[in-house]
Amino acid sequence: MKKLSARRRHPLAAVVVLLFALAVTGGLYAAFAPADKAKADDSAQSLTIEEGKKLYAVGCATCHGTGGQGSTDGPSLVGVGSAAVDFQVSTGRMPAQQPGAQVPKKKRIYSDADIEKLSAYIASLGPGPVTPTKEQYNPEGADIAKGGELFRTNCAQCHNFTGKGGALSNGKYAPPLDDVDPKQIYEAMQTGPQNMPSFPDTTMPTKEKQDIIAYLGEVNNSDKTSTPGGMELGGLGPVTEGLFGWIFGLGALIVVTIWVAARTAKAKKS
Amino acid sequence: MSTQDIPEEENLPAEQGAKDSGEVAVPADPFADPGVPPHELRIQDIDDKAARHSERVVATLFTVSMLATVGFIASFAALSVDKIIYVFPLGHVSALNFALGLCLAVALFSIGAGAVHWARTLMSDHEIVQERHPIEATPEARAQVFKDWQDGVADSSFGRRKLARNTLFGALALVPLSGIVLLRDLGPMPEDKLRHTKWAKGKRLMNQNTMQPLRPEDIPVGSLTFAMPEGMSEHDHDFQNQIAKAALMIVRIKPEDIKDKRSLDWSHHGIVAYSKICTHVGCPISLYEQQTHHVLCPCHQSTFDLADGGRVIFGPAGHALPQLEISVNAQGYLEAKGDFAEPVGPAFWERG
Amino acid sequence: MSTTTNDTQRRGKAPAGERVADWMDGRLGIYGAAKKNLRKVFPDHWSFMLGEVCLYSFIIIILTGVYLTLFFHPSMAEITYEGPYVPMQGVRMSEAFASTLDISFEVRGGLLVRQIHHWAALIFIGGMMVHMMRVFFTGAFRKPREINWLFGFLLFVLGVFTGFTGYSLPDDLLSGTGIRFMQGVLLSIPVIGTYLSMFLFGGEFPGTDIIPRLYSIHILLLPGIMLGLVVAHLILVFYHKHTQFPGPGRTEKNVVGMPLLPVYVAKAGGFFFLVFGVIAFISAIATINPIWAIGPYRPDQVSTGAQPDWYLGFAEGLVRVMPGWEINLWGHTLVLGVFIPIVLFPLVLCAIGFYPFIESWVTGDKREHHLLDRPRNAPTRTAFGVAWVTVYLITLIGGGNDLWATHFHLSINAITWFVRIGFFVGPVIAFIVTRRICLGLQRRDRDKVLHGRETGIIKRLPHGEFIEVHEPLPQDQLHKLTAHEQPQPLEIGPEVDENGVRRKIKRSQKLRARLSKSYYGEGAYIPKATAEEYEEITSGHGHH
Repeated sequence: MKKLSARRRHPLAAVVVLLFALAVTGGLYAAFAPADKAKADDSAQSLTIEEGKKLYAVGCATCHGTGGQGSTDGPSLVGVGSAAVDFQVSTGRMPAQQPGAQVPKKKRIYSDADIEKLSAYIASLGPGPVTPTKEQYNPEGADIAKGGELFRTNCAQCHNFTGKGGALSNGKYAPPLDDVDPKQIYEAMQTGPQNMPSFPDTTMPTKEKQDIIAYLGEVNNSDKTSTPGGMELGGLGPVTEGLFGWIFGLGALIVVTIWVAARTAKAKKS
Repeated sequence: MSTQDIPEEENLPAEQGAKDSGEVAVPADPFADPGVPPHELRIQDIDDKAARHSERVVATLFTVSMLATVGFIASFAALSVDKIIYVFPLGHVSALNFALGLCLAVALFSIGAGAVHWARTLMSDHEIVQERHPIEATPEARAQVFKDWQDGVADSSFGRRKLARNTLFGALALVPLSGIVLLRDLGPMPEDKLRHTKWAKGKRLMNQNTMQPLRPEDIPVGSLTFAMPEGMSEHDHDFQNQIAKAALMIVRIKPEDIKDKRSLDWSHHGIVAYSKICTHVGCPISLYEQQTHHVLCPCHQSTFDLADGGRVIFGPAGHALPQLEISVNAQGYLEAKGDFAEPVGPAFWERG
Repeated sequence: MSTTTNDTQRRGKAPAGERVADWMDGRLGIYGAAKKNLRKVFPDHWSFMLGEVCLYSFIIIILTGVYLTLFFHPSMAEITYEGPYVPMQGVRMSEAFASTLDISFEVRGGLLVRQIHHWAALIFIGGMMVHMMRVFFTGAFRKPREINWLFGFLLFVLGVFTGFTGYSLPDDLLSGTGIRFMQGVLLSIPVIGTYLSMFLFGGEFPGTDIIPRLYSIHILLLPGIMLGLVVAHLILVFYHKHTQFPGPGRTEKNVVGMPLLPVYVAKAGGFFFLVFGVIAFISAIATINPIWAIGPYRPDQVSTGAQPDWYLGFAEGLVRVMPGWEINLWGHTLVLGVFIPIVLFPLVLCAIGFYPFIESWVTGDKREHHLLDRPRNAPTRTAFGVAWVTVYLITLIGGGNDLWATHFHLSINAITWFVRIGFFVGPVIAFIVTRRICLGLQRRDRDKVLHGRETGIIKRLPHGEFIEVHEPLPQDQLHKLTAHEQPQPLEIGPEVDENGVRRKIKRSQKLRARLSKSYYGEGAYIPKATAEEYEEITSGHGHH
């Protein structure tokens, strides 16, 4: 105890306390911050009714209306097509957890089979973009460089050069495209989920969509994409580079200056 | 605690507790400068073993540096420039860049660390006190300089020969003009270059993705399409200059949602075509939010409402996005009804 | 290497080094310079080496920059890429961009040198900023060093512009967006803006001239001026001798430290390698400006997160948060939304750049200062500096508002409003808070002098009272904490002189007196402990 109380007055004590306080604050923040993970909907799991309409009545009708006509809490689903349902539900965006600027991606709740049933039901309400087949979204053999040009013209303004995401107005955002499934990329372009505009086959044909998917697979794939220069630093450009330069570059150099200028240990003093 | 008048030319602000460090005013001044503390010996100064150990550390560092340089050359020769390896936690990185960088870092850092360790442990650490010398010259020197200057000026007859002096000034003032005149051909005059784009009456809207002309039915509500004027190609010599002005963004809004009357008139059944170039400083603006019809600039966040004539609703842009009047030609393709009615892109003095 | 000793004996048989030195002295007079400087003393403090960080990164930038010029083609001629990087094959791009890809993917070690060049540039300007703050907060800019402060300030400003021109050279989509911004800024300048833009770009934006022109500015014009300024800066550092912190044996009239030869040759020379080593290490492990992922510039393409390098982040912030004011009168447009931030940008910089002259005018202090201030003992200056840094940081936040928004789940509009308000309120709060903290620290120093250091040892007295044992400070500490001076403010004096005649008092004098009061007047400092107070307390009760 005596040792502790003596060290309490050490010149560096304040620094230690500060670091400790920062760690505690950070820990508390992490503990209380809204978790991204959605709690699995028990009702969905306990469902035994096989039909999409019944799935819909339980999971979706509260916001989108009993017949998909929409309400104040959710848009009409008439004519959105099966592709939109597949995208929204398979990325976990639907069912939405809470109202907000934007419905985030989260853990999906419905199985593939259920999504198929839901899609079939919504598609029956009115014609719309159809869930793409594997031949449509398979990027094999597509032109990566052309995809890059298309991406920079159509997508990069919101999703960043290599799909790291970006900000929109009033808290909305374009999500990062890291490791997004080719099928979902295709569906997103086709249907324009939430505030994203659509890029329908009439203006961006299947081949061009495949090029874009191939490009993303090349430059934004955690297993494959190489960053020859070293750490990617988030791929966000000069802001993170500047932060890294200050903290690790200048930070390291200041540590070095302290060592160079420090007095060498004396023989007598402890 | 005396106060003082504002001096014309300065004397010193009064000091409290007047004393210059070092001068001991009162013999018993408890705060007197004790002087430079006595030199204390380091372990290396008294223990030869410790000193030899320090030397070995220094030598080891220098040796490590030599090895790292050898490593640098070996990596350069051995590793292919396109070899990618996985290094945790960096990711898939270039083997050559990683190896060369690491070897260079070790080679350099070891030299530095060795030298500093040498200085810190083996070189004398006696603190030396040196006097500072006043920078200002003595009054005698000052007087001498002024006198020399005046003598020189008098000898030059600069003050008396006014004609020679004034024509010299004139010549010196004029001669830089040649240099300024030479800069004239850096670029052309602005004329009306900023007022015109490649758009003209009857030019079809070409989809940039496919380079095919667009038809109204290609463009559903909520979609976003980029177009350039018919007849332009990436291979044109002035493509960059032209696309910098002509880039077009096309969206379709339900006609009943379009608030601005003129905007509706210039659209084709809700298909509106706006300049893609931000009116703030010219970034290609195209972060279109299809539910709000807002378009945001990624550079400085100017926000425009495409449902309301491209009006600025947030951010530093000063005027609305220019709209291109469009219609459908006989073959059913979208075409421009003319050039933009106003200059596209950033505002400038002559814009008006 | 014994150029120091100059023995007369055995002429002709002297060691080779001596003979070379003699030869040089006969032509250059090196002994005269060496006599003064070889054992020149430099005080030791880590913060005195921040300038060296800048100097060395500058040298590293020049070395790597020369290498890069061997491979870089500053041309905007359009070609089709056919190199090894797959996502670019067949893409049209300028030669400048293609040659930067070649440097990154085909020249062995080219990527490393490119990364060292760019990382060193970020660290160079960051280092200058920190160095400048050190000089500012310790008052090292005071007479006789004001001119050297200006040289340093100019180096900082030129460094920023050199960095911007270099960032623009690869002609990638990010830097092209930066050049587009620059063109928009030129256009906003009243009357001559359009002409400036046409002349700089050789016609319309982007044209084919801007990269070659920026190239000669980046590799010749700006670094040439900077090199001259660096040399002048160093000469003045040598000439003035370094400042030192107050402490035992350190006075305004001396300098205490280690000699140039050998200690500083080893330490400073070694430090060059340390700086180079650290930067090389960073370049080995972290990507900077991966232009291959960014793509070539096209005026109709853009990416979100379009930012300049950090040192222009605050200018970017000013531009982002400015309301879109535009005045149209008599057929002309005044683009205030762009022009005001661009005028503010140099004004913010000049506020710190010209501060030394303002301070010396306000305080009327024209003496030489070689002992540094502890920041707490100059509360007004420290508070001003912190307020300036606050403005800088708040606008820096504005410059990255999109990334703050996505990474902290905030609204970009809310951040913009925060910066708009913070730009005015932030520095005021920072000023007040900093001054209070400084006064608090002064009070603590005073207590420490009078009552000694709190040891943390609690003693119980015979009658049951608990006290904490205070240990009196040693002599050197007492001296250090009381060595600073606490001047009185200037006063205008009575408006009427003793004969009853009204004196004329200029308005500038009144302003000056008011400012002086805020520097030295009531509330600007806690009176430091006097010897009498100390005697009284120490002779009375030994502890407290």
